[in-house]
Amino acid sequence: MRKSPVFPALACVLGALVSAAPAAARDLVSFDSGKLILTNGITTIEGSGGGGLATWATISGMGTDRAVGISAHVTGVELPDFRLDTHGIAAGIRDRVELAYARQNFNTRNVGAALGLGRGFQFNQDIFSAKVRLAGDLVYGPGWLPQVSVGVEHKRSLDAAVVRAVGAKASAGTDFTVSATKLFLGASVLANATVRWTKANQFGLLGFGGDKRAGRSVQFEGSLGYMVTSRLVVGGEWRTRPDNLGIAREDDAKDLFAAWAVARHVTVTAAYVDVGSVATFKNQRGGLLSLQLAY
Amino acid sequence: MFLLPLLMAAAPVAEPPVEPAPTTTEAPVDWDKEFGVVRKERDPVTGEIPVDPYVQSAANAGAKPYSGEGLAKAFGGQAGIRRITDRALELSEADPRIKAIFEEHDMVRLRRTLFEQVCYVLNAGCSYTGRDMKTAHKGLGTTRADLNALVENLQRSMREAHVAFAAQNRLLAKLAPMSGDVTER
Repeated sequence: MRKSPVFPALACVLGALVSAAPAAARDLVSFDSGKLILTNGITTIEGSGGGGLATWATISGMGTDRAVGISAHVTGVELPDFRLDTHGIAAGIRDRVELAYARQNFNTRNVGAALGLGRGFQFNQDIFSAKVRLAGDLVYGPGWLPQVSVGVEHKRSLDAAVVRAVGAKASAGTDFTVSATKLFLGASVLANATVRWTKANQFGLLGFGGDKRAGRSVQFEGSLGYMVTSRLVVGGEWRTRPDNLGIAREDDAKDLFAAWAVARHVTVTAAYVDVGSVATFKNQRGGLLSLQLAY
Repeated sequence: MFLLPLLMAAAPVAEPPVEPAPTTTEAPVDWDKEFGVVRKERDPVTGEIPVDPYVQSAANAGAKPYSGEGLAKAFGGQAGIRRITDRALELSEADPRIKAIFEEHDMVRLRRTLFEQVCYVLNAGCSYTGRDMKTAHKGLGTTRADLNALVENLQRSMREAHVAFAAQNRLLAKLAPMSGDVTER
């Protein structure tokens, strides 16, 4: 019986695949919920893992490097003239890759009538995001080496005609992020720094690009948190944003937050949020309440 | 023809010889002997199982100790530290997530060396005489999830001892960088 050398090689590879497949499949679906409490972060209003406003280098879900994790969130932001509701799901794979989806519903209330859109007009947006941890660990490893991740967030407005009428150049856009996050245990302090390359107006709710700037610009997100107990973190965040639209100035966004792990799988976050001027309506400061379930 | 005796010998006998009924007094199989496992005797004085020779050094503790007496005080001195490390191991031996790791482990030695390590790092007046972290964890096959479970048990034991949370984190800050040496997978 004659065989070309390819066949034994192929047989070996197939054999290896067959024998590896059950183990791989078992690992892929194993949930260990093994992360330390709160080290999965909470969910941003854009659906990625992080703080409330800033994307962090953390990977969503409670799975460690040999398991998967999932999380789901609902968040409401109550502002003087607007209301933002977001919900979404995220999956973390081997504490390495995060895939997330979030839906944003932005209610313009009376502003909608003033802008001629109708009272209670809602801007809606889908956000698909992916993040990969490149190096480091939030908690472990050398104290000087933070967890570093790169991310991509693709945002699609569901109100293309309206955001174009507002002055946006596009109704869909993609943000790119680089984040470094570390828990400095010696000081009980969590610090995050993120650079975002984006052309989103008001997180993308008012489209992408404008008359003042059509393309992307580099923006910064910083977070500082203090661990009061293993289940409670308080802190603040600052997020700079582009100012692309001539008709409506956009300001930096800030928050002061308290994130409380009610139980291993449940985190409740309350925050005071200031997003400045939105669609010509100034001083939009209000409250954020978020619930996250994570396994 | 000459094969016949052989065949007859190989053929099953019609009536098997009567075997003695199994008795409970029969000696169980010594699997350690079967597999050539050599069990070391515990030291009659210390109660510990001897380990392979190694060079004793404070550097084996894996972290530079804090200076000053603040942390030693926050942990209740050597007595407080011993209660905390003993309790963390007691919790871990009962923790379904990681108890299997400790079942075949020399807990007498681990109780001593963990206490020494924490006491040394917190500058509470001990020297660390154990092995370095990589050697001490060799072959255990411990994972990140196992390490997190141990950290949670240590946190609980510190909480039970009313150690301030910030002081708890100061100890963890010294232990966290060792993660690469104490996990294998």
